[in-house]
Amino acid sequence: MQSKISIKDLDFFYGKAQALYDISLEIPEREVVAFIGPSGCGKSTFLRTLNRMNDTIPIASVKGQVIIDGKDIYAPGTDVVALRRKVGMVFQKSNPFPKSIFENVAYGIRINGIHSSKEDMNNRVEKALRDAALWDEVKDRLSTSAFGLSGGQQQRLCIARALAVQPDVILMDEPASALDPIATQKIEELVVELKKNYTIVIVTHNMQQAARVSDRTAFFMLGKLIEYNPTQKMFTNPNEKLTEDYITGRFG
Amino acid sequence: MAEAATVHSKRRITNLVMTSLTAICAVFATSVLLIIIGFIAYQGISSLSWEFLTDTPKPVGEGGGIGNAIVGSAMMTLLAAAIGLPIGIAAGVYLAEFGKNWYGNTIRFIADTLIGVPSIIIGIFIYTVVVMPMGRQSGLAGGLALAIIMIPIVARTTEEMINLVPNSMREGALALGAPQWRVSWNIVLPAATSGIATGAMLAIARITGETAPLLFTALNSRFYNFYYDQPMSSLTVQIYNFATGPFEVEHAMAWAATLLLVGFILVINIVVRYLTRKKY
Repeated sequence: MQSKISIKDLDFFYGKAQALYDISLEIPEREVVAFIGPSGCGKSTFLRTLNRMNDTIPIASVKGQVIIDGKDIYAPGTDVVALRRKVGMVFQKSNPFPKSIFENVAYGIRINGIHSSKEDMNNRVEKALRDAALWDEVKDRLSTSAFGLSGGQQQRLCIARALAVQPDVILMDEPASALDPIATQKIEELVVELKKNYTIVIVTHNMQQAARVSDRTAFFMLGKLIEYNPTQKMFTNPNEKLTEDYITGRFG
Repeated sequence: MAEAATVHSKRRITNLVMTSLTAICAVFATSVLLIIIGFIAYQGISSLSWEFLTDTPKPVGEGGGIGNAIVGSAMMTLLAAAIGLPIGIAAGVYLAEFGKNWYGNTIRFIADTLIGVPSIIIGIFIYTVVVMPMGRQSGLAGGLALAIIMIPIVARTTEEMINLVPNSMREGALALGAPQWRVSWNIVLPAATSGIATGAMLAIARITGETAPLLFTALNSRFYNFYYDQPMSSLTVQIYNFATGPFEVEHAMAWAATLLLVGFILVINIVVRYLTRKKY
């Protein structure tokens, strides 16, 4: 298997409190990997180490390696801005900018100077919105405020915004946890569709969701990686007793 | 049973008395404003006229007006805003976005202290560093004094408004590969615009009503003056001069000028109210 991201002996600290213990994991290219586990197990923290989003927390510190395309992203001299362009992120709560729908998608393109002309910009925005399965719903009101969209549409707008800068990897932190079942289904279909072109890591509280969308699943508890296997095997015949107990709902 | 009923009614009476007492105090606190405005309007409205709004002060008995004071106030407020708003807003952005360290804490403390400094002291400071070297009072000195009063107010309100912008919005932009300064400049700042504008307008209302820092910086002038290097008239100092004069006519003009000033500040406050209400 071709690894897109390979994590080696990763420890993570909030000040003196250790949040992640010695995590090693391989994430293959163009697959969907799901992180599951009880609240506070460190799965979101772990996700945020993959695009160095934790850098914004002053007391956070990291030991170990996260290697993306052969380069350790924690090596000195790493360009964090370039890293985040390559590793996009979608958050738990949709967070559109206080701008128009068009400008929300255009923002990342503009700041990274990806477009060559105004027409190119329009095409890129349209493509991103199409890829996020939102184009047909918003094409007639691109210049209206993003806050006028429904929760599910806002979340797909945030996905479009992330796609517009052409990342390789997309990190999703419980992207459907605040959405109704129909909006959730749309997001899940989208994840499966996006797998053709992107490597996707998704954190979820919803085990059925992990089973539906992912190729591999990692189960975390108390900051440790308990088990990492193909999703099929995780949900039918897990290696660890703890995994089985969690999946069958005996705790968590 | 009888005893329980007494306790019950006693509690009810206490409740009634205390509620009424606080209500009366609330009415008293706010009615003072209405009384002041009403009194000023009553005293001032008869002297308001086109001549009063456009003419310059004349010797007692010959009419005259406060047109030059209106222009002077506007020019000095404009100068103060042109200096104070950019510096104040930029400082506020720094405090909110980057100022979570000892340097930021120091700046914050100094700004709070500066807000509390009596404005006449700022007038004396400007007198020493601007008026003395220039050799005369000027609109420039007055505007600078007002700017100094304005900066810490604008900085602190800007900081508070920016702190209200949800962190998720910053993260969203950072995750797209935006450098920190771009996040602050074209995501956070626009999201806080209406709040910052409110703070700016309140600061403008505040400095328009200042007298003490202008007394010996801008001084006063009997003529229309459009040059910042000359002494300049202002509404507040003109009111002070009228009010301390010996003649009844002057007092009436002081009331009229006061009405104008209070009206202006009231309008700003109402506009601010309207702008902030739209958000919720």
